[in-house]
Amino acid sequence: MSARPAGQSTRIEATSDLGVFGTLREGLRLSPAITRGIGITLLLAVVATVGRLVVPFTVQQATDRGIVGDADPDLVLRMCAIAAGVLLVTGVATSWVNVRLFTATEAGLAQLRIRAFRHVHDLSVLTQNTERRGSLVSRVTSDVDTISMFVQWGGIMLILSMLQILGATIAMLFYSWQLTLVVWLVFLPMLVLAPRGQRLLNGAYGQVRARVGGMLAAISEAVVGAQTIRAYGSGARVLGRIHQAITAHRDAAVKAQVYSSLAFSTGTLLSGVALAAVVTLGTMLGLAGQITVGGLLAFLFLVQIFTGPVQSATEVLNEMQNAVAGWRRVISVVHTPIDVEDPERPVDLGPRHPASISFSGVGFAYPDGPPVLQDVDLEIPAGSRVAIVGETGSGKTTLARLVTRFADPQRGTVCIDGVDLRDVRLSDLRGRVVVVPQEGFLFTGTVADNVGYGRRRASRERIEEAVAELGLSAWVASLPQGLDTDVGQRGESLSAGERQLVAIMRAYLADADVLVLDEATSAVDPATESRITRALVGLTAGRTSIAIAHRLSTAEAADMVVVVDAGRVVEVGPHAELVAQGGRYARLHASWVVQSG
Amino acid sequence: MYALPGGAVRRSLLLIGRGIRSQPKTFALAIGASALWGLAFVAVGWLLGRLTDDVVVPALTGEELGTSRIVGAGLVLLGLAVTTAVTVAGRRIWAGIGAVDVQAGHRRLVTRQYLRLPMSWHRSHPTGQLLSNANSDAESAGYVFMPLPFALGVIVMVIGATAAMFASDVVLGFIGLTVLPLVLAVNAVYRRWMTPAITQVQAERAEVSDVAHESFEAATIVKSLGTEQIEEDRFTEVTHRLREANVRVGRIRSVFDPVIDLMPALATLAVLVVGVHRVSSGDALTGDVITASYLLTILTFPVRAIGFVLGDLPRSLVGHDRISRVIDARGYLEPGDVDLSGTGGLHLETEHVRLEVGRGAEARLLLQDVSLVVPPGGTLAVVGSTGAGKSTLVDVLLRMTDATEGVVRYDGVDVRALSEASRTAAAALVAQTAFVFEDTVRSNITLADPGASPITDEQVWEALRLARADAFIRELPGGLDEVLGERGTSLSGGQRQRIAIARALVRQPRLLVLDDATSAVDPQVEQAILANLREQACTVVVIAYRNATIALADRVLHLEAGRVVDVGTHAELLARDPGYAEIVTAYARDREQRA
Repeated sequence: MSARPAGQSTRIEATSDLGVFGTLREGLRLSPAITRGIGITLLLAVVATVGRLVVPFTVQQATDRGIVGDADPDLVLRMCAIAAGVLLVTGVATSWVNVRLFTATEAGLAQLRIRAFRHVHDLSVLTQNTERRGSLVSRVTSDVDTISMFVQWGGIMLILSMLQILGATIAMLFYSWQLTLVVWLVFLPMLVLAPRGQRLLNGAYGQVRARVGGMLAAISEAVVGAQTIRAYGSGARVLGRIHQAITAHRDAAVKAQVYSSLAFSTGTLLSGVALAAVVTLGTMLGLAGQITVGGLLAFLFLVQIFTGPVQSATEVLNEMQNAVAGWRRVISVVHTPIDVEDPERPVDLGPRHPASISFSGVGFAYPDGPPVLQDVDLEIPAGSRVAIVGETGSGKTTLARLVTRFADPQRGTVCIDGVDLRDVRLSDLRGRVVVVPQEGFLFTGTVADNVGYGRRRASRERIEEAVAELGLSAWVASLPQGLDTDVGQRGESLSAGERQLVAIMRAYLADADVLVLDEATSAVDPATESRITRALVGLTAGRTSIAIAHRLSTAEAADMVVVVDAGRVVEVGPHAELVAQGGRYARLHASWVVQSG
Repeated sequence: MYALPGGAVRRSLLLIGRGIRSQPKTFALAIGASALWGLAFVAVGWLLGRLTDDVVVPALTGEELGTSRIVGAGLVLLGLAVTTAVTVAGRRIWAGIGAVDVQAGHRRLVTRQYLRLPMSWHRSHPTGQLLSNANSDAESAGYVFMPLPFALGVIVMVIGATAAMFASDVVLGFIGLTVLPLVLAVNAVYRRWMTPAITQVQAERAEVSDVAHESFEAATIVKSLGTEQIEEDRFTEVTHRLREANVRVGRIRSVFDPVIDLMPALATLAVLVVGVHRVSSGDALTGDVITASYLLTILTFPVRAIGFVLGDLPRSLVGHDRISRVIDARGYLEPGDVDLSGTGGLHLETEHVRLEVGRGAEARLLLQDVSLVVPPGGTLAVVGSTGAGKSTLVDVLLRMTDATEGVVRYDGVDVRALSEASRTAAAALVAQTAFVFEDTVRSNITLADPGASPITDEQVWEALRLARADAFIRELPGGLDEVLGERGTSLSGGQRQRIAIARALVRQPRLLVLDDATSAVDPQVEQAILANLREQACTVVVIAYRNATIALADRVLHLEAGRVVDVGTHAELLARDPGYAEIVTAYARDREQRA
């Protein structure tokens, strides 16, 4: 984590730049549970592998001592009985290895998932906004699932396979070093070409993923833009684009399938070649007295044990690549520095009361962007109602939101009751300053669940009181099940205005000293509109409130209007005074009055 | 009907049959390659036995043998190795192409439906569901076709292997005959245990994803209220449920994998024990024992392929059912062939329009007895509270949904009789949520490929100017060639609305329908746009949420619960319609209260 200049926000990188081993090491460090008890697990894995070699050995012994020459059925029976016993032990050991690996890995990945999830919430709003929500979600869901899939279907196999290749090689050497050399020589080209093939495959699967994205984007246009497409009769053109995207995805998928099929059949070919070579050369070696019939037969079985894991290696490696890519994306989240942090020596804000807010010499710019705010000096007295007015892009939203410390200014200070926000403990600040966002986001659940959502879950009585105090009893009574009405997924069974009512009640129960109100721009029907207005009066009473005003009716009602233009505060004063001055605000207001009749 | 009739077995067979018939050549090649592969596999086992008897044992027990026979045997094995590899590649490639083509075919059918079905159908199906119909459901409906040729090849292989074992020795053949069904049976039990466990994992995964989605979307609220710990606790709970489900899958695998691995090994030992007796009694040769034990060893993995098919079938059936619901949906709006000839604003009228959606208990009446007339060049504002049916009326006026009863006429012609070209040239819509295609600014306005549109760049700029979008477009690095949308330049809500307005104006429509088209635009800019709209020579219907837009209109229609309450000028309605007065004075009243 590198040092940053003060107030510079960080962004979430798409992926970490660690190498494969660096990724594995860091991944394991973040999920310590994975390596817990790994020693015993590996020991069991060795037992499981050695046990597999018992069949070829038995075949050799039985053939040489029981079948070829003088048959000795009793000896064969005894040997087979012992071998069966060893196999059972092997089975139990394998089972145990799997269970241990599964349990440890899943525990470790759960740690990683939760850690990454929490880290996302600890990042500043600005940092959170550098990445799409959907992409953040996939970092704690599908990316971790990829790792889990790899561990379940590939990782265990990888460990067992490597031991199996090693064990088979040792056993093969025991019977004939010449044939062992032949088997390895046959597979050598594969080992040399594998990384290259792997890259080709990765590229092909990367293409498929990209094409899925393109295809979904094209299809979603047909669904989201249904109305527009019908109104303009552009269905044929849109369908053409969709079918093009579907074909592009199909072609990419076919290409990837061809590559992976060729890789897989190469393994099949080589194991067939190895078998043919062993039979031919083995028989010749036998003629020279260097190997017995049983030894040669055992060798055939060993080749099977050897080639099995080599053949599936391409697929396991492919899954490993995916897992490493997933791991990198999760790690990059956990490694994103938190740029809005608790101070080392926090200043106590004292007892609760309406607080004053002041800006002095504040300058702010988004990462790699032009300045959004410059030289802002502003005093907001405790308990006053302030409306911030300005055109889209003027910086009014940023100005209001600096009060919540969603990011720190690059220059100057923002103070609450004279204390620099950077010196206040975040948990303390959150109790004092609450935002009522533009889009009243609701969680799945009932109206009461959503109203009561907060650090201290509000009691039912308190919620009912709040409803009454904000004058919303009639509205709540009009809902199908009152406070127990299900709001649906993301609150979709309520209208936008009603969702805002819930957000207002929630903020009311949070009982903050300072409120930052982000006024909704979307249309709300008049009945709800007047309810919102009334509830806001109740909410802001006795508190300092800063409203990002899109409608000038809010400014008319405020104690103080702050006009922002191109990142600077250009006018400050009560509504009537500013109108009388005949400046920028007066012009804005005049055109608004005409418009709203 | 695209949906599959009958019970599970019949439906499965129909699904497979329909898929194979849709790509007959590809699947024929895949299945052919797979069968050949199965036979080559058995041939290797059989040949190893024969080689043992004819070459290896005589050679190693001291008989004189020419090297040519040994090399010849090696070459045959080499030939089989090549055959196996080539058929494996062929099977996998063709099976892959077949499966992908089945999926792509379904996607084409589904998306064509999305563009043919009326708005009322779209409005009753959530976006997420439609996207997953075209994506994951189409994909799972094709799942089964990937392992299918493999499984069919395995059946050939099992039959061949059993025959080869019997041909070697009857007793050894019986061992094979016992072991193979046992492997199949264990696989069946495995699947029965595994399916619910995997379903559980999928459900828990969806749960984790839901919580993460919700929580990250609410990130600002979480931060503002300081509820990070509550969110972490919520997430921890679902994460641990997913972990437990994953571990359960792991345990089942841990038990079954070694069992399935052990069976051929134990069978090999059994073959040895029995084989020794048979060889010593002269009933069998060493090679017979080799053939039997080799075949038993290599058969276990491929036999699982049959399990893959059986495991994928239920998922494929569910996917197929879901896409069938889209493919079988009807209610296309077939265009007529009448062309409109006039210019300037058109005469719009509706007569007793009634719109009902759904059937039986789910039937809902959206519009009832709606009659209205807007003379050429007139402007009608539609006012009503949320859910009054305003947007539904827009759908009917533009023929994006047909009325159940009654008629909509442009210049006296029933819209159902109009050709599509004629209707879309006459009428334009600016929808409530401005939609921007992932395409260049120019194509977003012309809705055509570059060069394919009669609309010139000058006309595009003029429309952008009227919509007050020219300034910010000029500032984009690519100008008209700048790509907009998710993967291009993202625009603010107000900017998107202005693009949508320009798209409507560039066509110089004879009927312009505005559905809250300027809600996200700054008040000053909005004023300028509305002033420009007033100058257009067309008939306008505007869904009004504010007095500024009502002021555009010469007549106002008050709609409530799908019925026309009253029609008249703003002043008339204000005087005689208390509901209307309530709505339009809401803003003014608020201001007085606050002042």
